[in-house]
Amino acid sequence: MELQAVLMAAGGGSRMMDLTYNTPKPLLPVGNKPLIWYPLNLLERVGFEEVIVITTKEVQKALSTDQRMKTDVKMRLDVVCIQEDADMGTADALRHIQQKIKTDILVVSCDLITDVALHEVVDLFRAHNATLSMLMSKVHEFTETVPGQKGKKKAGEQRDFVGVDVTGKRLLFMANEADLDEGLVLRKSIMRKHPRMLIKTGLLDAHLYCLKRSVVDFLVHNKSVTSIRGELVPYLVRKQFSKSLNSKTATEDTERNQKQQDADHNLELLSTSKDEALVQLARERSCWNDHRGDMSEAYHGGKLRCYVHIMEEGMCYRVNTLAAYIEANRVVPKLFEEPPIHPTAAVSERSLVGSDSIIGPFCQISDKTSIKRSNVGTSSIIKEKVKITNSIIMNGVTIEEGCNIQGSVICNNAVIGRGADMKYCLVGSGQRIEPETERTNEVIVGSDQLMEI
Amino acid sequence: MADSVGRQVDSINHATEEDEKKQEIIRAKGEGKELTKEEKQRLRKEKKQHKKNKKDDRGPPEKEKEKASVPAPSKPATQSPAHKAPVPVNASASESPVAAEKPAKSKAELRADRRARQDSERASKPGKKEVGQQSTSSKPKATPSELQPVVKRLPEHVQVDDPAALKKLAKKLERQQVPLRSDYGYKVSLFSHLHQYSRKNPPTQQISIPVTAIHPSIVRLGLQYSQGIIAGSNARSVALLHAFKQVIQDYSTPPNEELSRDLVNKLSPYISFLSQCRPLSASMGNAIKYIKKEISNIPNQCKEEEAKRRLQECIDSYINEKIILASQAISKYAIEKISDGDVILVYGCSSLVNHILCEAFEKQRKFRVIVVDSRPRLEGREALRRLVKKGIRCTYVLISALSYILPEVSKVFLGAHALLANGYVMSRVGTSQIALVAKAYNVPVLVCCETYKFCERVQTDSFVSNELDDPDDLIVTRNGKTHLENWQTVKSLGLLNLVYDVTPPDFVDLVITDLGMIPCTSVPVVLRVKNVDQ
Repeated sequence: MELQAVLMAAGGGSRMMDLTYNTPKPLLPVGNKPLIWYPLNLLERVGFEEVIVITTKEVQKALSTDQRMKTDVKMRLDVVCIQEDADMGTADALRHIQQKIKTDILVVSCDLITDVALHEVVDLFRAHNATLSMLMSKVHEFTETVPGQKGKKKAGEQRDFVGVDVTGKRLLFMANEADLDEGLVLRKSIMRKHPRMLIKTGLLDAHLYCLKRSVVDFLVHNKSVTSIRGELVPYLVRKQFSKSLNSKTATEDTERNQKQQDADHNLELLSTSKDEALVQLARERSCWNDHRGDMSEAYHGGKLRCYVHIMEEGMCYRVNTLAAYIEANRVVPKLFEEPPIHPTAAVSERSLVGSDSIIGPFCQISDKTSIKRSNVGTSSIIKEKVKITNSIIMNGVTIEEGCNIQGSVICNNAVIGRGADMKYCLVGSGQRIEPETERTNEVIVGSDQLMEI
Repeated sequence: MADSVGRQVDSINHATEEDEKKQEIIRAKGEGKELTKEEKQRLRKEKKQHKKNKKDDRGPPEKEKEKASVPAPSKPATQSPAHKAPVPVNASASESPVAAEKPAKSKAELRADRRARQDSERASKPGKKEVGQQSTSSKPKATPSELQPVVKRLPEHVQVDDPAALKKLAKKLERQQVPLRSDYGYKVSLFSHLHQYSRKNPPTQQISIPVTAIHPSIVRLGLQYSQGIIAGSNARSVALLHAFKQVIQDYSTPPNEELSRDLVNKLSPYISFLSQCRPLSASMGNAIKYIKKEISNIPNQCKEEEAKRRLQECIDSYINEKIILASQAISKYAIEKISDGDVILVYGCSSLVNHILCEAFEKQRKFRVIVVDSRPRLEGREALRRLVKKGIRCTYVLISALSYILPEVSKVFLGAHALLANGYVMSRVGTSQIALVAKAYNVPVLVCCETYKFCERVQTDSFVSNELDDPDDLIVTRNGKTHLENWQTVKSLGLLNLVYDVTPPDFVDLVITDLGMIPCTSVPVVLRVKNVDQ
């Protein structure tokens, strides 16, 4: 077997707590399907037959009881539960399932919605015998108004600096603004080997990684690494250019460096294959080189290689903020071939449902309602004379007569009283809005969700 | 008397029979193949009758013939005059015996002669009948399936413009679950019988991730071939054998199957996949033949582990003998030919020639090298890097400057992709150019080639069997302008990126192989000796 898929679905959605305090992030409905369906669909379309899903007990229960998931997803899901409060990072999770991993792995995050041709990422991994191959995409500006956002969007968001070589495929440098104190520091060894480097900042990391099996074994030995994206990937990218083990000067280092070297030692030894001599012979006899202009052989003789595929066009969203959630809901219905109005929904004759809206199963839409550019979730009840524009209504919501909802997000099981006027609001799970209220640009959540100061 | 008459009638009827047959053949060809089955049946019947008639000299041959011809299928028009012909002949023949009684003895002698002749003819009849018919009917083959195929079946990869061959290939690939790679772009008409793939459509587009039908190391190898990461005849063979070692390692015999037969069947879809990624080279073909032979020679009672170990050892020894030791032997011979003060010209990046030059430099020969390079591959840069890293003095030119620097050159060393059975050298495109110009300047041309690259194919031109690389490689951007960017929109424009060409043996002075230094025309001898060994 070539690759095993691992889906990380245990994250908390810490950047959109308003949405996720009651519903776990993997089960958030996007386009009337749970968020976790999208990466699973991607893996299934490409040809995977089984996936290891790392998640919490709540999500596991929901997955096993959801009928639609069972019919839609034909792959075998091997669900591994971890404690919610264990605060495990993604690398810790990989360490947890180390026994199940027998080949190279493809790690996907549950909040990834994309239509990328996955073979582009995996081909880089295969052809160059790479240790890491990842997917990145150009960031799309979000155009929709986000409820509850006061003032302009913070421009000082932590940027990622990604350095690639001339071909745009080899990953040379990766750092987050948060880790840099004053400026960007580039090692001379990198510049000597790759004199032309392109540094890009407007890239979104899709959190899709192809990792060699030896990396998992390395993680087992180095328990200090907790997060794949935060620690492991920058470490691997740096390691491409550190001195190889054969250099004799490494012997006089201190204790700390010795431990570091042991770690390095592990990674290098683990990544050499059995028939290294033949591979070396083939490479020697081949008249190919990945760079021009200096005297070194292909790949500069390095054993570790990291590659990245940067998507120029196509859809790639990571649903980890409210803005991304709203954007994804807007874009995702175009992916489906299903009819926008579910056959089991009871839509009355005298209501107006726009062509860019989707209605979930078992909904009841009453007379004289108008729904434009919105997503209405499962089992929602919309009464008469309601106007819904540009909004996201989740599952089990009841909206009484005469409401006007614009640009808002209404979470599961909320009730909006009659005649309410909500503009750009976010109504949390299970909340009740009194009739005849007018709210603009507010986040309405329960008092138990407010943080203690 | 009646016998002699009968014999005469017989011979006349023979003649008419043959005429008939000729006419039938001509008619069958004219009227299409649907009727040949019945024709064949009838022909067969008549041949049988023919033989019977020869067997019993006595008896009424005419009557039997008429009986045979009566149940013939309805071919009325032209048949009936032919049938009517023997009847009046018979009629007239029956009248003539009265007159022909006189020279009885000579007739008996004649009869004996004729009998002897017919016996000998009958003996050689079954084998030669078709050929005889062929030669008598001065037209190409008539009845297809009964005849031996005169031309060997053409390989698929040179029949791309034949829709029947393409359909056969598509069916075969579907059966093996290997994706079919589609051709790209407009092909120059002279080469429309060859595949032309694009690097932008990799062969992995249609197979699932993770691959199930094909072993992962074979997929990796195919990708490396199609992207050019592993290029060069020796490198491709070594990488192929390495991948096969991994396949054999991961292989487990299914129940009720034998390793010797099942493993060979398992390798076929892998080989199809690799040839979809990039057409197989001659060295790869020979390596595959060797492996398949070794696998089929595994005795049945051998245990699986033992068999696998044996195969791995075979592969290792093949690589060691045919590639590593061969290159050492060739360097030894070649170094004798390099003298101090030489100016050696090399073309492109041949792993063997580079090895020879590095060894010669280590053995303290004083020489300098001129590296000739050509677009679009520009492989000479890699050769230049390796030689300069070693410390050899090098000059670098493009092939357009060839006649300018050739007066300085004392020898030309060329690598080969394959050596064909008629002594032609198949190598990177541009090699024949170099050999031609070198011949014009009377500079000796030495080709270095291991014996495992010797191929039984015969080719005299570079059109029949070649490889077309991605045409987009020819597009170059200079000063920010890419003139050929939209070459596909110009209907009359075709980009041709050939990979190989053949050099005739008149331009090659010596071939240095691990068996020694031989002239180009001795290649068939080597092949014959190799076949006898095997």
